[in-house]
Parts: sequence; C-alpha cells; structure tokens
Amino acid sequence: MNATLQLFLIISSALFSIGLLATLSRRHAIFILIGIELMLAAANLNFIVFWRFGSQQQQPTGVMVAIFSIAIAAAEAAVGLALVIAIYRHYRTTNVDKFDSLKG
Amino acid sequence: MNSVAFLAIAIITLSGALAAATLPKLIHAALSLVIVFVGVAAYFFLLGAEFVGLVQIFVYIGAVAVLIVFTILLTRRDSVNDRGVNWGGVIVALAVFGGLLWIILNTTSLALPAPQTEPLTVKQIGESLMTNYVWPLQCVGLVLTVALIGALILVMEEKRER
Repeated sequence: MNATLQLFLIISSALFSIGLLATLSRRHAIFILIGIELMLAAANLNFIVFWRFGSQQQQPTGVMVAIFSIAIAAAEAAVGLALVIAIYRHYRTTNVDKFDSLKG
Repeated sequence: MNSVAFLAIAIITLSGALAAATLPKLIHAALSLVIVFVGVAAYFFLLGAEFVGLVQIFVYIGAVAVLIVFTILLTRRDSVNDRGVNWGGVIVALAVFGGLLWIILNTTSLALPAPQTEPLTVKQIGESLMTNYVWPLQCVGLVLTVALIGALILVMEEKRER
C-alpha cells in the first residue's frame, strides 16, 4: 500500500489542529507562537503535498510557494518573539491573561 | 512512496506536535517543536522536495527553534500557572479536526497515488527563482530585512527608556 493524497492531508490537518489547540488553550505567549509555527508547518506540508500529487511537477510552483512561506514564517517568528520580549520587559510576565491594559 | 516510512514519520511528527502543545515546561515544548520540524522535513524529502526539506531544517531548526529557546531563556523568571486545561480551545481544535477529517474522507477524488515523475533539481529551482519568481524573491528579501530591523527596534526601545 502506498501513501495516498488523503493520508497526507489527514496528517497535515492533524498537525494544524494540534497547533490550533496549542494556540487556543495555553496562556503562555511563547506557547501561542509555537502553535502558530505548527500551523504554518502544516500549511507548508500541504503546499508540497498538492504540488507532488498534482499534474504539473515540472512547474515548481508549489516548491516556490513553500520556500517563500518558510521565509515569511521566519520573519513572523522574529517579530513575534521580539514582541514577547518587549511585553515581558513591560509587564514582567508572559501570561497573556495579564496583558489587559486596554481592557474596558 | 514507502508506507512504512510514511507511518514512522507520521507517528514521530504527531507525537512531537502533541508534546509541543501539551507539555507543561516551555523548554521541553520548544525541543519537541524541533522534532516536529524534523518530521515535516522528512516528509518533504519523502515527497521529492529535497531543497525545501533542507531549507526547512536550516531555517526552522537552525534559526526559529534557537530563537524560541533564546526567548525562553530571556523571559525565564516568570512562572505562568498553566495547569488548568482550557476546554474551549480543546473543543474548537477537535471540531476543526473533525470537520477537516470529514471533508477529506468524503472527497473521493483525493484517494489517488502519487504520479511517477522525474525529480525536480536544484538547478531548476534556482533558474525559476531567478526568472519567473525574481520579483517575489526581492519582495521577500525586503520583508525579511524590514522584519528583522523591526524586531531589533522592538527589543531595543524599552531599554532606552529605563
């Protein structure tokens, strides 16, 4: 039995859901960033899977999109972690429930 | 595509992801995230996108994971009480996974095996990066530069005020 497109999509949707779980259920800001990274990894996996199972492997479109998406994810991680450090300096905590200065 | 390799990578990746999402200690979660990135890179190799797998290893494990570990060390002194499970998040994640699974399993056109093709070489990728995708490449370079300068400014500014 060979791995079909369906199995890859199930794996990447499981990865996405685990990332969503980490993003929604944790209170620590870095855990939320880890969840976002997991979701981005699932999206990249989907790009590569659809490129491989599609009909035009000679056009490297999926590979290109995945490479650019990895670059954007790196920029996102850098800015997100810098924001975490800046907020930590201000509030002395990384618990997102405590960031409530704008709360009405 | 080898199904034994597929299953092994699936088990490693998903257990690493679950560990990254649920472990109480942050540093353990960050190291499990490295396992997930290795698993996803292994899938890229399995799918014939070797260049993307290498980029994934260099960028994610070499840069992003190290950046996360550094941030954990810099924000170490607070201990967030993260014991209570937020059931709302669990329910939403399970609902999303159930919905996606239902859609995937009900779409019959998805049960196709991988077509046989010759592998994509790095030369082809480089050529299309320099011809068809040269403007996206420049834009991504600009975005990366701006993002890194912005990250530096965000981290520096607070220090000057004190």
